[in-house]
Amino acid sequence: MKGIRKVYDREVLRVDNLALRKGQIYGVIGPSGAGKSTFLRIINLLTSPDSGSILIHGKEVPRNGAERLALQRRMSMVFQKTLLFRDTVWNNVAYGLRARGFDRTEIGRRVRELLEQVGMTDLSLQRADTLSGGEAQRVAIARAVAFEPELLLLDEPTANLDPCNIEMIENMVVKLNSSKSITVVVVTHNIFQAHRIAREVIFINQGNIVEMGETEQIFSAPREELTRAYVEGRMIY
Amino acid sequence: MSSLFEGIIEAFRLIISLDPDLLQIVFLSLRISGTALIIGSILGIPLGTYLGLKPEKKTRLINKVIFTLMGTPPVVVGLIIYLLISRMGPLGVLGLLYTPWAMILAQVSLATPIIAGLTMVGVRAKGSEVVETARSLGAGPGLAAWTVVRESRIAILGAVITGFGRIIAEVGAVMIVGGNIAGKTRVMTTAIVLETRRGNFELAIGLGLILLILAFFVNSFLYNIQRGDSGN
Repeated sequence: MKGIRKVYDREVLRVDNLALRKGQIYGVIGPSGAGKSTFLRIINLLTSPDSGSILIHGKEVPRNGAERLALQRRMSMVFQKTLLFRDTVWNNVAYGLRARGFDRTEIGRRVRELLEQVGMTDLSLQRADTLSGGEAQRVAIARAVAFEPELLLLDEPTANLDPCNIEMIENMVVKLNSSKSITVVVVTHNIFQAHRIAREVIFINQGNIVEMGETEQIFSAPREELTRAYVEGRMIY
Repeated sequence: MSSLFEGIIEAFRLIISLDPDLLQIVFLSLRISGTALIIGSILGIPLGTYLGLKPEKKTRLINKVIFTLMGTPPVVVGLIIYLLISRMGPLGVLGLLYTPWAMILAQVSLATPIIAGLTMVGVRAKGSEVVETARSLGAGPGLAAWTVVRESRIAILGAVITGFGRIIAEVGAVMIVGGNIAGKTRVMTTAIVLETRRGNFELAIGLGLILLILAFFVNSFLYNIQRGDSGN
């Protein structure tokens, strides 16, 4: 991300220069309204910045067209408020594969494998809108990784979930990262979660990246006083 | 009161005897309203989806126009269509006046704004969320739009049901442009008006009852689809 600026009624995000490395798990932390979700949406090409550019493998992302769609198809995002389609669990997980024109055999193989991984095989023909919050989020993640994206963006994936589901989802994310080399960027309010699963942490406050570094360094020896105040649980205004 | 009672008996007599004149009127009513509903849906659903996905501030004027058209009196629509397709009108050469196609045109004009307007409201409820989810999963613009239609299908079906209710019960516009010609453009509503004017209240009530029964079955069919789909 180079020279990124995004303004709504005020400037909500400013990123001068930021590079994400392949195969890494990034935790994005910061107070509410800091610009974390906008950060993810700009990476996912859902929101266009007012200025600046996004480069993927060194190549600038065009503003629109088939090339932009092709780049967008190399990543996926799970939103804070999960929206599963009014369809079966199976068809939800298969959605991204169908959008990419995978054949039926391959779709069947991948969906079966993923549903088994997330413990949802028995519910594959159940309507997705009848699932519990934890089940829905597991399906949302399975749907997002079915086509094996290079980059997985998670916006508060475990908000409002019970500890059992939180653990299951965290384990899933770490496993996906290690087994399929999927780069993960997870936005979380839960600094302990960032500590548990991220290898690098990005701290955003008032639309600016205050600090970025290895997880241990951010939590034990942050360079910025603002970061220290946040990870120590002191309020920031 | 006796007319009402006799009307109900007359309705059952007409239904049981499979009166050919009645069947002709019923089938013509269904053919005209069914065709108009299909055309109105083909026009109204994409328009409503498109508008529902646009930011509201960009479509305010067109929203107001559609909402106004939703409440336009059928006789006004009939008058405008009449002026367009009458011999001296710009579409007079097509020779549509007093034909079933003129009635279909009038009913399409009444149904389309309702279907478009209610679809727009339904899509607006969570259309942008659906588009974002679809796009984040790699859907192109076409698939994303189709996903929105699928996700809003309960609201859209509601719009179609409302549109059907509006046109099957409509009399003003079809009377003006159809002319209520026996065997050609006489539908249930115009037949009811005619029989009432003639003082044949039993037959008018009988036709009215059949119209209600028909509307009940068509709406029940659509409602069951909607209810089944909502998972309730």
